[in-house]
Amino acid sequence: MTAYQIIFYLLAAFILSTAVLSVTSRKIFRSAIWLLFSLTGIAGLYFLLQVEFIAAVQIIVYVGGIVVLVIFSIFLTQQAGRKMPNPPMIRTVASLLSVLFGFVLTWVLISQHNFHTAANEFNWTVSKIGLQMTGIGKGGYALPFEVISMLLLAAMVGCIVIAIKVPSAVSSSKSSPGTNPDQ
Amino acid sequence: MNEIPLSHLLFVSTALFFIGIFGLFTRRNMITMLMSIELILNSVNINFIVFNKYLYPEKMDGIFFTIFIIAIAAAEAAVAIAIIINLYRSHQSIDVEDAEEMRY
Repeated sequence: MTAYQIIFYLLAAFILSTAVLSVTSRKIFRSAIWLLFSLTGIAGLYFLLQVEFIAAVQIIVYVGGIVVLVIFSIFLTQQAGRKMPNPPMIRTVASLLSVLFGFVLTWVLISQHNFHTAANEFNWTVSKIGLQMTGIGKGGYALPFEVISMLLLAAMVGCIVIAIKVPSAVSSSKSSPGTNPDQ
Repeated sequence: MNEIPLSHLLFVSTALFFIGIFGLFTRRNMITMLMSIELILNSVNINFIVFNKYLYPEKMDGIFFTIFIIAIAAAEAAVAIAIIINLYRSHQSIDVEDAEEMRY
C-alpha cells in the first residue's frame, strides 16, 4: 500500500461520505457545507491525478462560486435555520432501492470491460491547454470557447432580467394617507 | 498512475452519480435539488478526466469537456437561483410542491 493508494482511498471515502451527508441532512445550511466539503475533496482528487489546472478551476468556480451562490440564495429565501421535513418513508425506501439497483446495474456493465491502460504517460501543461483551447487547426477548441462566452453573457443578462425587482411607481406612494393628522 | 486501477476511480464516480440521483428524488426543497444536480455534474467530470488520463493520455479532449461542463454548470446554477428567487417572491416558499399553478 503506497502513500498514493492510501491518499486515494481516504479521499474517495471523504468525497462519498460528505456527499451522502449532503443529500440526507435535514438542515439546509449544513447540506450546503457538506457539499462544499465534497467539492473540495473532488478538487483534491484532481490534484492527485495530476490535472492541477482542473483542480484550480474546480476550487475557483465550484467551491468559490457556485456554493457561495447557493448560500446566498439560502439567506435570501430565509431558510437558514429551519429544519426541513423528512420525506415520506415510502419515497425514501423506493428511491434507495432504485438507486441501488441502478448502481449495481451500472457497475456490472462497467466491470465487464477490460480497460487497457495506455502505456505512455501524459504531459498536460497549462500552456498546452491554452494553445489548444484557442487553436483553430485540427483539434482546436476556438469555436466552443467563443460560443461559451456568449452563453455566459446570455446567462448573466437572463439572471438579471429574471431576478430584478421592478421598482413600484413613485406616484402611488405620494397619495398615501397621512395627510389628515388631526383625526 | 498504474497504482490505482481504473475501475476503482469509476466506482467513485458512479457512486457519486447515484448519490446525486438519490438526493434529487428525495428532496422537496428547490435549492437542495440544485445541490444534488451539482453532485451529478461533478461525477461526470471525474469520469471524463479519468478516461482521458488512463486510456488516451496523448489527447486532451476530456480536459476540455470538463472545463466546458464546469462553465455551463456555473451558468445553469446562476439562472436556476434567479428563478428560485423570483418564485420565492410570489409564493413565499421554495418547496417544489407549492409551485403548481401551471397544472390543469
